[in-house]
Amino acid sequence: MTGSIPLSYYLALSGILFSMGALGVLVRRNPLIIFMSIELMLNSANLAFVAFARNIQSPAGQLIVLFVMTVAAAEVAVGLALIVIIFRNKHSINVDLMNSLKG
Amino acid sequence: MDLTRLFSLVPLIVFLPALGLLVNLIFGKKFSETVIGTVASTASGLAFVVSAALGYALWTTGGAAQVVPFAEWIHIGTLNIPWAFRVDTLSVLMMLVVSGVGTLIHIYAIGYMHEDVRFKNDPGRFQRFFVYLNLFIAMMMILVSGDSYLMLFVGWEGVGLCSFLLIGFWYEMDTLGRPSWANSNAAKKAMIANRVGDFGFLMAAFTIFWYFKSLSFDAVFAQAGQVAAVSPNVILFITLFLLIGVTGKSAQLPLFVWLPDAMAGPTPVSALIHAATMVTAGVYLVARSAPLYTLVPVAQQTVALVGGITALFAATIAVGQYDIKKVLAYSTISQLGFMVAAVGMGAFTAGMFHLVTHAFFKALLFLSAGSVILGMERGHHHLPHGEHGEHHEEVFDPGDMRNMGGLRKQMPVTFWVYLAGTLALAGIVPFAGFWSKDEILLDAARNFPVVYWLLTVAAFLTAFYMGRQVWMVFFGKPRHAAAEHAEESPKVITVPLMVLAGLSVLGGALNLPYLNSLSAWLGHTIEAAEREIAVAPWLQVSWGGLNPWVALLSTVLALAAIYFSWLIYGRKPLETGQVDPLKKALGPVFTIFERKYWVDEVYGALVVNRFVDLSRFLADVIDWRFWHDWFHEKVIAGTYQFLSKTVLNLRVDQQFIDAIANGLARLTGWVSSQLRRLQNGFVRSYALAVLFGVVIILGYLLLK
Repeated sequence: MTGSIPLSYYLALSGILFSMGALGVLVRRNPLIIFMSIELMLNSANLAFVAFARNIQSPAGQLIVLFVMTVAAAEVAVGLALIVIIFRNKHSINVDLMNSLKG
Repeated sequence: MDLTRLFSLVPLIVFLPALGLLVNLIFGKKFSETVIGTVASTASGLAFVVSAALGYALWTTGGAAQVVPFAEWIHIGTLNIPWAFRVDTLSVLMMLVVSGVGTLIHIYAIGYMHEDVRFKNDPGRFQRFFVYLNLFIAMMMILVSGDSYLMLFVGWEGVGLCSFLLIGFWYEMDTLGRPSWANSNAAKKAMIANRVGDFGFLMAAFTIFWYFKSLSFDAVFAQAGQVAAVSPNVILFITLFLLIGVTGKSAQLPLFVWLPDAMAGPTPVSALIHAATMVTAGVYLVARSAPLYTLVPVAQQTVALVGGITALFAATIAVGQYDIKKVLAYSTISQLGFMVAAVGMGAFTAGMFHLVTHAFFKALLFLSAGSVILGMERGHHHLPHGEHGEHHEEVFDPGDMRNMGGLRKQMPVTFWVYLAGTLALAGIVPFAGFWSKDEILLDAARNFPVVYWLLTVAAFLTAFYMGRQVWMVFFGKPRHAAAEHAEESPKVITVPLMVLAGLSVLGGALNLPYLNSLSAWLGHTIEAAEREIAVAPWLQVSWGGLNPWVALLSTVLALAAIYFSWLIYGRKPLETGQVDPLKKALGPVFTIFERKYWVDEVYGALVVNRFVDLSRFLADVIDWRFWHDWFHEKVIAGTYQFLSKTVLNLRVDQQFIDAIANGLARLTGWVSSQLRRLQNGFVRSYALAVLFGVVIILGYLLLK
């Protein structure tokens, strides 16, 4: 069954997922949703890696996916901690309120 | 032994005196006076030994000129002037005279300087004197041994400097030791008069380099004929400008005025520099430039005429002087006139011969005069104070012949050597001066009758003023208490005098008629220029270079002059305070002689004061009022203030520089206010920017 689905399908799905993630990051105000969108983008990239790895019969791409997942976990951990601190200070987690660097 | 290797010793003639100078300069403070004098005399004496060795080597090798390169000196483009030594018969003759007479004078000075009334036991002065003397010997050696006009000029200036330093040796006093600037002024006068002459020398040297592309003697003389054929005026120009240099250094008309004043220096200096050696440098220069002078008869005649007129002019002044050294000074000018006249006429050998004999007898006369002055000072010192109490206020002049008289009893050695010098100078057979002067007179009689008569009269006057001096100084009764108590000088002074007296008696043997040894010796260097001149029959008689009529006439005149001087000064000796008997006989003419034709006054009125006026005018009107008050204060400072106030301050500084600075600040503010809008603080807009950035970069990478 492996050879039945061509590479382009995987890449198209990866692209769609990435675009959805990017759009989510840009339009949503809730940081939790933004994080989920970021995860979506990361995983779309993972999907592309795995597809390529499969295509060229190399374990390297799969290895990188493991790294990405690790980094993503760490990132979410830091991000959630930040969100908790922000909520304590501002009693809100709306990202548009976090504009103290405005010039 | 290979004698040509002796020639490489020639740099020692400069470096031995230089070494003596350095030793005395560095260690002199610890030395006693005797040691300082011994070091200096030894340095000079060794230079004489080297010169003698060079002379011997030259004699055995046939007298061909040797050029010994020593060091590269000036090398700019095509101008290449090395420091080379020239050893030929002419330069070796000069070396022998300079170092030989110089050494005797060094020894004499050991005794003299200590006793000089002006010395006052200052050990620094004693050291400095011998340093200067050795420096002089070194410089004179550079002068006579230089292989090019420029090297000669180095020595020429060097001896000029030593002359200046030694004339002004007692710079803070006058000749009698009183506080005054008289000696300094005499030194300055010598320096300035010589600068005028040096201007002539330099002009000649520049012209030589311009036309000959070289300054070395060999190169210049080799091309002289060609250049003369193309442009004879060039050679005339060079030789006449050299003559100006000669009139400065050898004290000829019109630049002789510094030499009588130069007697302000210590007496050994007068003997060494201002009689025997330095002042003869001009004669040496003309003899050295013989190949140039022989090409232009006009220049030769000018030189001869200048020499002849100077000889007579100075001799007349010498007749009217009272200072023992002043008489000798004018006599020196007169004798230098003889030499210059001789080399001018092309009688180079005769001129050089007279240079040598004159160095002997004039050094002798000056040194003896110094001995006389010392004797007078000793006499004055011994006087009990009460005895000359009434004269105590007036300053005693030990050099004034009117104070002397009868000294032959007190100072017998000095008297006899003085007599030898006098007879040599007066030209009495068989003393040295007779032979050399007679040779000059014979050449003059053959070539240049006008100069012959000038010189003959000068020779007559020479014998007369020397006779006058001897009668006044050594005969008669003492005219001053000091002369009565005068004492003979010690051996260190009298022994050099006796040596010089021997040379003055025998010096004529250098170039006796028939033998002509000096002519043969110098003939290797100077090819005598034979000029075809119709000679009067009475002159064609010749006994090997001695014409009986010329010799007879000059001898008779000399004897007559001495007889006249005896009639006037010897038969009835001068009394204390008596007016010179010649003054009664000659009247105003004697006053002219006595006052030296008012040359100093005329120069003062015509040149010096005009120059001072010009300097004042330049200083006050041009320099101060024009340059300082008007140009600097008004024009430069005013313009500067105007520029700085209006243009620079208002226009440039405020409206241009400030505008740039302020504009930049404003621009930065505006740009930053615009850029500030980008920083809106919305996380999502930053994320959008990142996305666009990535899209653009990726798009570029994919599509390029």
